[in-house]
Amino acid sequence: MKPIDKADIQQRIDRLGGRDLYIHLEMTTGAYAAHWDSSKHPAATFINNAIVRYAHGSISGEGPYRVGLKLPHGWVYSEGLTHYEETESERLILAGHDSQGKLVVALQLSPEPF
Amino acid sequence: MERHILVVLPHPDDEAFGLAGTLAKHIEQGSQVTYACLTLGEMGRNMGYPPFASRVTLPGIRRAELEASCKAIGIQDLRMFGLHDKTVEFEDQDALDSRIDALIKEINPSLVVTFYPGYAVHPDHDATGAAVIRTIGRLPKDQRPTVHCIAFSNGHEEKIGKPDIVNDINKYMPQKLASLRAHKSQFQGMESGEGMPEQQILDRLATERFWTYRFEA
Repeated sequence: MKPIDKADIQQRIDRLGGRDLYIHLEMTTGAYAAHWDSSKHPAATFINNAIVRYAHGSISGEGPYRVGLKLPHGWVYSEGLTHYEETESERLILAGHDSQGKLVVALQLSPEPF
Repeated sequence: MERHILVVLPHPDDEAFGLAGTLAKHIEQGSQVTYACLTLGEMGRNMGYPPFASRVTLPGIRRAELEASCKAIGIQDLRMFGLHDKTVEFEDQDALDSRIDALIKEINPSLVVTFYPGYAVHPDHDATGAAVIRTIGRLPKDQRPTVHCIAFSNGHEEKIGKPDIVNDINKYMPQKLASLRAHKSQFQGMESGEGMPEQQILDRLATERFWTYRFEA
């Protein structure tokens, strides 16, 4: 994983537009959040291998970054993205890591199921 | 001596913290150990520091780490159940129970170790322990192996009392640390500059605690 290169991500988003894609979208505080600190509210959610298609999408912000994908009837939105997998050619693998390197958010798109 | 120990836990690295030293001790004494690890921990938040794993690569990385950890402890038989991290509580209970039941029938363990349902913090831990307890509870009383449970939720001792088994595993710390270090994506940053965990962490790691499960009927 490398820190996000905004221009590179925009090109990758553009390349994947206009066709059915499998999406993994996730946000989590970690299952132990309330165990370590009872004032914390543990929350996590993910959707894995649902199918989406967007006409256009873009990356925004100066880091951590936001991504919005415009769907025929709605949006995919993700904030807090910091890293991407630069070695992937067909898929877009984005993640947001906190100051300790822990994953907080993930947005992934692929022509094939994850 | 335990003839054959069956360990049933949901995540790669659960074995490292909870009972690596105890297992190393039993293995040295001649016990066989089968470890059923239900998921690959593929939803873990730790990705290495700086992050070297992604959601896509994490399952493969954690599988290799699990195999290395088992080797470090001396575990002879690893079974990966292939469930998805965070979903154990949502699996078909009968299907999960029958897989555990089949494994128990196959290896006929003298001791089973799992999480104490309700006192193990992570929903996967509680669901794994509950499946093991349900399955063994259905066996005739005289055919049930002993079950040792791991508990660590806040305030658990107020509900279930003190552990009846407390093992000082200092002698097996090399195996335990090797097991923890095998889970590189999960425990980077645990160690101080000298390449050893802080003394406070070492002290905590040196004690492994278990509650013998008492079946109601």
